[in-house]
Amino acid sequence: MTQVVLFNIFNGLIVGAFYALMALGLSLIMNLSGVINFAHGGFLAIGGYLAFSLIPYVGFWGGLILAPILTAVLGLIVERVLVRRLYGRDPLYSLLLTFGLAFMFEDGTRFIWGAQSLPYQVPGWLLSPLSSDYFFLTGYRLFMVLIVALAVGGLFFILTYTRLGMRIRAGTLDLETVSVLGVNVRVLRNMNFGLGIYLAGLAGVLAVGQLGLQPTIGSSLIMPSFVAIIVGGLGSLPGTLLGGLLIGVASGVTTVYFPSATEAVMYVMMAAVLLVRPRGLLGEEGRF
Amino acid sequence: MGSDTLKNQAANVVVWLLLLAMPYWLPHVGGYVELGSRVVVLALAAMALNFLLGYTGVLSFGHAAYFGLGAYGAGMTIRYLVPSTGAGLIVGTLVGAVAGAIIGPMIIRLRGVYFAMVTIAFAQVFYFIAFRWNNVTGGDDGLTGWTRQPLHLGFATIDIQQNPVAFYFLVLAVFAIAVGVMAFLLRSPFGRTLIAIRENERRARFLGIPVDQHIWISWTISCAVVSVAGALYALLNNFVDPRALYWTQSGDFVIMAVLGGMRSFWGPLIGAAIFVTLQDYLSSQTENWMSFVGLFFVLVVLFFPRGILGMIRRKVAS
Repeated sequence: MTQVVLFNIFNGLIVGAFYALMALGLSLIMNLSGVINFAHGGFLAIGGYLAFSLIPYVGFWGGLILAPILTAVLGLIVERVLVRRLYGRDPLYSLLLTFGLAFMFEDGTRFIWGAQSLPYQVPGWLLSPLSSDYFFLTGYRLFMVLIVALAVGGLFFILTYTRLGMRIRAGTLDLETVSVLGVNVRVLRNMNFGLGIYLAGLAGVLAVGQLGLQPTIGSSLIMPSFVAIIVGGLGSLPGTLLGGLLIGVASGVTTVYFPSATEAVMYVMMAAVLLVRPRGLLGEEGRF
Repeated sequence: MGSDTLKNQAANVVVWLLLLAMPYWLPHVGGYVELGSRVVVLALAAMALNFLLGYTGVLSFGHAAYFGLGAYGAGMTIRYLVPSTGAGLIVGTLVGAVAGAIIGPMIIRLRGVYFAMVTIAFAQVFYFIAFRWNNVTGGDDGLTGWTRQPLHLGFATIDIQQNPVAFYFLVLAVFAIAVGVMAFLLRSPFGRTLIAIRENERRARFLGIPVDQHIWISWTISCAVVSVAGALYALLNNFVDPRALYWTQSGDFVIMAVLGGMRSFWGPLIGAAIFVTLQDYLSSQTENWMSFVGLFFVLVVLFFPRGILGMIRRKVAS
């Protein structure tokens, strides 16, 4: 029994890491630009599919590095051509735009790569269990946790120590002042959007090794990411990270005792947080 | 002002005449009666959403939940409790309204994107319940094994089961009542207060208006009307499945309201007519209709942000 519980906690932690990675990107974009990027799941799927198509040519490591970057480039283009026009308008419009994009991405991936689940090659040495007692500790899972930790660490490093990161944080608090101080806000928002999409692409590459590759993978991961943001607190990136891991572990544990409530439990957590602490666990007072 | 109200009344007369005569002219322009019923049902849902979006200024992106609750409420009542269309409609409406009223207090203090996001997330709860609770809701396959029942009025029985025109008029009658209630509310001091909140929430608050309470009431009314539409939708299809609750359905309602014009009472009706017809056409023409619907969203946002009625009004004004 302990093994089953441990297995599910660990599984939940991995799933939570995906949620967190995705939610961090969503959060970045929402905090600076006030856009709920519904197409985030679509970008995630594109990241996964690009990796699938690239790996035969550039190998596993090449795919892992290249696919998120290409996804981020697509994100930069989408922001430059479409999303940028809607800043300063009612958030309703950017929501509808990205909603439409999500449709197009899902259908587009289905059109290009087919509706079937595709086989996804992970190097063999990563798949073997590391210990016979804890069969679920395959190399790939540890590897995923490691990559997610690296990505999150990298993100917080960028935000804390680089010029771009400081500008993003400052812009989140007061974009007008940042603009007056001579920062090109258009470029800043563009880079920030790209950074968020990069995280989605990376989550996509990692997720398909674990969850399989199908066109609906994006729309099934986007809702938990919203919940992660709400639970963790809007406007707080550490909160988003915490929220993602929490709901992942919570649904992992629920799978053991009450499997049919696996998805519902995170929404129950969200309702509880909204009732007791509407700003979220680590959210700032009065921001929204 | 005088000519304005006259124009409005003329528009009302035209709209009602077109709706009343729809089963007779629609087949001549390539449609069919069920399509007309679909338009009216989804228009009611979009107008209910617009009560909140256009007149209270609060963006809900989760109205599919209450639409679906109305649908499941109606379907399950007829399947498990009493085989009566009227009972199904009433129970469906109550289920959606009560769910909205309970969830309301958790969300009314939130605004803007945050409100939208929380409503989306809450909607997903009901989707999973419908999806997972197999032995009651039928899970992914949907709730089957029931049909709408003939309508007993005491003095006569109307066969809405086999006769699509009769069913259309039932839908239209319910639509008329629900729309009438919303129009009446919007003209009342309560409705004017909602518009005041939309225009300037802070000012409304300083005037001593209990803003949160008003938004809660407006939200609950909107949920109740959208669940009426959901109940009708279930009756129309003789079937409910979890897709009626999925978040893409919520997006459809919002785009209908925006496309027609959020600031106009009849806007969502026009939006629904265009959207439903387009979707019906596309899904019969191409497998990739999702891409086209998505592209349609993008184009509407970029080129018709005020909606069709909003643009006409602007042209007339200038």
